[in-house]
Amino acid sequence: MTKNYKRTESLYDVATHYCAGCGHGILHRIVAEAIDELGVREKTIAIAPVGCAVIAYDYWRLDCAEAAHGRALAVATAIKRVQPDKVVFTYQGDGDLAAIGTAETIHAANRGENLTVIFVNNAVYGMTGGQMAPTTLLSQKTATTPLGRDAKLAGYPLKISEMLALLDGVYSVERTSVSNPKEVFNTKRAIKQAFENQIQNKGFSMVEVLSMCPTYWDKTPVDAAKWIEDHMSQYFKLGKLK
Amino acid sequence: MIRKILMSGNEAMGEAAIAAGCKFYAGYPITPQNELTAYMATELPQRGGIFIQSESELAAISMVYGASASGVRSMTSSSSPGISLKQEGLSYIAGAQVPAVVINVMRAGPGLGNIWPAQSDYFQATKGGGHGDYRMIVLAPSSVQESYDLTRLGFHLADRYRIASMILSDGLLGQMMEGIETDDEARAPLKIDKPWALTGAQGRRPNIVQSLYIRRGDVEKHNIVLQKKYRLIASREVRFEGKFLDDAKLVVVAYGSMSRIAGAAVDELRKQGKKIGLFRPITLWPFPSKELEKVSKRVKKFLVVEMSYGQMVEDARLSVKCGAQVSFYGRGGGGVPTEKQIEREVLKFLNPKH
Ligand SMILES: Cc1ncc(C[n+]2csc(CCOP(=O)(O)OP(=O)(O)O)c2C)c(N)n1
Ligand code: SF4
Ligand SMILES: [Mg+2]
Repeated sequence: MTKNYKRTESLYDVATHYCAGCGHGILHRIVAEAIDELGVREKTIAIAPVGCAVIAYDYWRLDCAEAAHGRALAVATAIKRVQPDKVVFTYQGDGDLAAIGTAETIHAANRGENLTVIFVNNAVYGMTGGQMAPTTLLSQKTATTPLGRDAKLAGYPLKISEMLALLDGVYSVERTSVSNPKEVFNTKRAIKQAFENQIQNKGFSMVEVLSMCPTYWDKTPVDAAKWIEDHMSQYFKLGKLK
Repeated sequence: MIRKILMSGNEAMGEAAIAAGCKFYAGYPITPQNELTAYMATELPQRGGIFIQSESELAAISMVYGASASGVRSMTSSSSPGISLKQEGLSYIAGAQVPAVVINVMRAGPGLGNIWPAQSDYFQATKGGGHGDYRMIVLAPSSVQESYDLTRLGFHLADRYRIASMILSDGLLGQMMEGIETDDEARAPLKIDKPWALTGAQGRRPNIVQSLYIRRGDVEKHNIVLQKKYRLIASREVRFEGKFLDDAKLVVVAYGSMSRIAGAAVDELRKQGKKIGLFRPITLWPFPSKELEKVSKRVKKFLVVEMSYGQMVEDARLSVKCGAQVSFYGRGGGGVPTEKQIEREVLKFLNPKH
């Protein structure tokens, strides 16, 4: 019998530091598979965020730059402009992409930079201990919204993908999730497409992925996945936005 | 080929960058350095480079980080308030050891201050304005010619040591027009291999440009490597200029455009038969400490003159031998010490009875 499901080349054979049931691990695999299926590993440059995925380069067999918190798309812009023949992508959390890096995100998108963006929305700041993120749901309890997020005090969950979809510079934006196997396959399709867009010089493509953080949602992995389906995706609607 | 051109200090730094092989520039407008950004916008794309007007200085410096991580020579420029925003990126550039050239055409602060020239970012430039134990090479031109020459040198040193070079200019020097000579062949900086650059892991192990070290102890090891590099630079790259040091009774210490005015005051005092010298640091980091100390074996009076309320004077005081007195005269907030004021201060210090 042949073994069909193997570790894909762009992924090192190591255990990750991610918590049980965390979406980052699934997404790392998906990104690596997409790169390998497109045969572009040796010309891909990744930009790691500041967040739980900061050491993504310990898992991906890829050239990688670490950016300051929120500046991944500024770093990516320059790398891609200098090396237009390379495949350049950022992998960023909600705090990185939609709070501290909002300006970098909007302007890279608006310039129509030919980049691929993997936006991991887990509705909290995982790395720093589960504080409120721009995408934290209303009434969601976090370390800094102990009574639940109150719109009067902390505003509303930020729909940055919808905002970016309005920009002329953006080629494609899609929101998916990794909460069940069907959605995982769909996310894989969307991410591969976002890389293909770049290879075909189509321009700025972003995939927002709703991703579990069981640890700071205070849930079991199964309940965390269910929470995406019952709550998160009710507010952050899945599908192609542009 | 030697060419003679009339240029502003700002334009000269842009032209020098392109001549040095700069292929990427990102910047955000701010006075008094706008001519430089405009020069790069016009010239760089025509000469094989990339120009981006970034959304902020935070973005500009991170773009430079990305371009340099790709292995090309890159630069950003700004003036004081914008340089404050670049401190984040400068710290990452130091940590990740990517080369970069950053120009600060200093203006008056604190806060928004004003667009008038100043030298009040000396501490920020030489003591590490961002977080962490790091250094930048800080070069202080005093003429348009030197703005050109030191920018080119800045690129060379940045690549050589994988460090940020800051060219510390000011609003006077940036706006000043002077004739300069450029010699493309003679001064072309050496090409330096960058096997660490991010170019796609083709037929080699992946390269990582990072400043994070997760394991306890690794950041300390990394810092020890950086400190070793800084000591090497300090031992090799000090530059300064001295005038009338052999017989001087009092030496005026000044850098940048301030040293031009101080130099004129020294010349005038010499005409009057007063034995005054001039000591001009060209590298502010590494500061010419040993060289100044040597002068202080014989000279016992130093007057530091700055367009600030006293920043470089601290380094001068730390450098001289005990027994030597260091006095200070400065104006800030856009005020520029005049020749007459410097002459008066020199005479007062030289001859306290009067
Ligand atoms: C300038 C700066 N501010 C704050 C931090 C601390 N910090 C590290 S990660 C992080 C938030 C990460 O959240 P997110 O981007 O959502 O990623 P996640 O960990 O949830 O995947 C913060 C605030 C930092 N490293 N740098
Ligand atoms: S804290 Fe959350 S996002 Fe971070 S690794 Fe754990 S589960 Fe994943
Ligand atoms: Mg997050």
